[in-house]
Amino acid sequence: MRLRLKLDAILSVLLILPSALAILLFVYGFIGFTGYVSFSNWNRLVPDYSFGGTANYLRLFQNPRFPITLRNLGVFTGLFVGGSLVLGFLLAVLLDRRIKAEGLFRSVYLYPLALSFIVTGVVWRWLLNPGSPQMGSTGINLLLEMMGLGYLKTGWYTDPRIGIIAVAIAALWQMSGYVMAMYLAGLRGIPEELREAARVDGASELQIYRFVILPLLRPITFGAMIVLGHISLKIYDLVVAMTGPGPGFSCDVPAYFMWELTFRANRFAQGAGIAIILLAIVSLLIVPYLRYSLRREVEA
Amino acid sequence: MKVRPLRLLLYLVLIAFALYYLIPVYVLVVTSLKSFAEVNLYRMWDLPRSFSLESFRRALFGGMGYHGLAPNLWNSVLMVVPATLISAALGSLNGYIFARWRFRGANILFTLALFGMFIPYQSILIPLVQVLKTIGVYGTIPGLILTHVIYGIPITTLIFRNYYATVPKELVEAARIDGAGLLGVYRRVMLPLSMPGFAVVLIWQFTSIWNDFLFAVTVAQNPAVQPVTVALNNLAGSYIVEWNVQMAGALLAALPTLLVYIFLGRYFMRGLLAGSLKG
Repeated sequence: MRLRLKLDAILSVLLILPSALAILLFVYGFIGFTGYVSFSNWNRLVPDYSFGGTANYLRLFQNPRFPITLRNLGVFTGLFVGGSLVLGFLLAVLLDRRIKAEGLFRSVYLYPLALSFIVTGVVWRWLLNPGSPQMGSTGINLLLEMMGLGYLKTGWYTDPRIGIIAVAIAALWQMSGYVMAMYLAGLRGIPEELREAARVDGASELQIYRFVILPLLRPITFGAMIVLGHISLKIYDLVVAMTGPGPGFSCDVPAYFMWELTFRANRFAQGAGIAIILLAIVSLLIVPYLRYSLRREVEA
Repeated sequence: MKVRPLRLLLYLVLIAFALYYLIPVYVLVVTSLKSFAEVNLYRMWDLPRSFSLESFRRALFGGMGYHGLAPNLWNSVLMVVPATLISAALGSLNGYIFARWRFRGANILFTLALFGMFIPYQSILIPLVQVLKTIGVYGTIPGLILTHVIYGIPITTLIFRNYYATVPKELVEAARIDGAGLLGVYRRVMLPLSMPGFAVVLIWQFTSIWNDFLFAVTVAQNPAVQPVTVALNNLAGSYIVEWNVQMAGALLAALPTLLVYIFLGRYFMRGLLAGSLKG
């Protein structure tokens, strides 16, 4: 029996080994390599691994386009994550009121999640195509006109003042249903007695949500923020399909700039620099979360 | 009876939101059913006057300046089926070991693997291309399969680990008293109970691999092996803008994952909740 256990312990390690090695090499080894490339002189097609110091990072920040992409990423993340949380919570609360055909509504709110960002981008590029003053409005602008809301018309992604906000609208459309589903599952887990008790204590419906429900849903808010946050910081496909960098780079994001710089302009070292900066930003969000879940796991 | 008007308002709000989510589908369907002659940007919200499948034919098989999407849809199938099956099998084995055979350092290893799920893949693209070139699978469908299998390890392992953790300890103990070892417990206890877990993981991987663009555009630059997402993006970016063909193409590219969502929505949801760790 003891021998058996020992053999099984060895076997378990052996079985996990290929996956562990793959992750070690393809995640950590590759990140290390990218990190090294970002300090190299590899800025043409042929690899050049000679050490170039921090030159690539300096050049990135001297390039006006890079700070613009960072700013856009901030705006996009704020609108997309914040908007999805608010809209998702609102939909979940509305759906939690014993709605007829709840399943149907839920499916309608959630289905965009099954689509590729490329499909979403292609459709929303058309919807937010502003048309022109000479030829008349198209897409959403046309719809606004038909509803008598013509004053709300804008140039959407063709207007540098809006730019990335138009992309955030499409992303919100795609992902808000996910937050709705998470919150709805959470709301269903809150026992009715808790609300009842708060009502007996004289709390209004609004106060119940503010002081009872929202605090109880905090782990869900937290989890949704992590998931949406990392999707948001990595956003790439949607920008490719919908707008490209846009006028004055107003729709540009770091992931898009990285790909162009690396695989179009062959500036591998500078592209690697963007990738490392992006990884650092995502890690600020993810590492504390993983440490938190690991600690909870060990305690459990 | 006092609540009636409020109820009505509630339903109106819900329907208004439903319209927001359905508008793009309306445009997709309506536009793709129009012929090119009928596509007029300024009439885009109107219903088609006649029913024409011409756009779908052109989106699939090309013609008049277009490459059809049919070969790319097939490429996506060739990529997604093996990649999904292999990563589900790997995830099941890994998940079982992490859930039931806690060796020393298992938690740390698991957390390290989870990090791989969140990284921006930009940070691994450059060496990935190099390595795929070195082993001779760059620009091929097997290269894409390998990529998806490896970067799918964290999520598939996570879903299976959480799933196997719910299998009652007594079942495992009973099998071990009967003399089953590591693999015996897996085959006799875990695997027969695994079908819901497999459903969740297969659907999750199918959807995310089918919808992937970044790996596809980086690893498969050659049009002959491009998955449908890349081809659709090229179609949409082509010089002549025929919105009806584009919308038909988008609908075709979306159809497989939409069908999965419609018919297997329950498992889709579970994958979703699992994807957010233990939320």
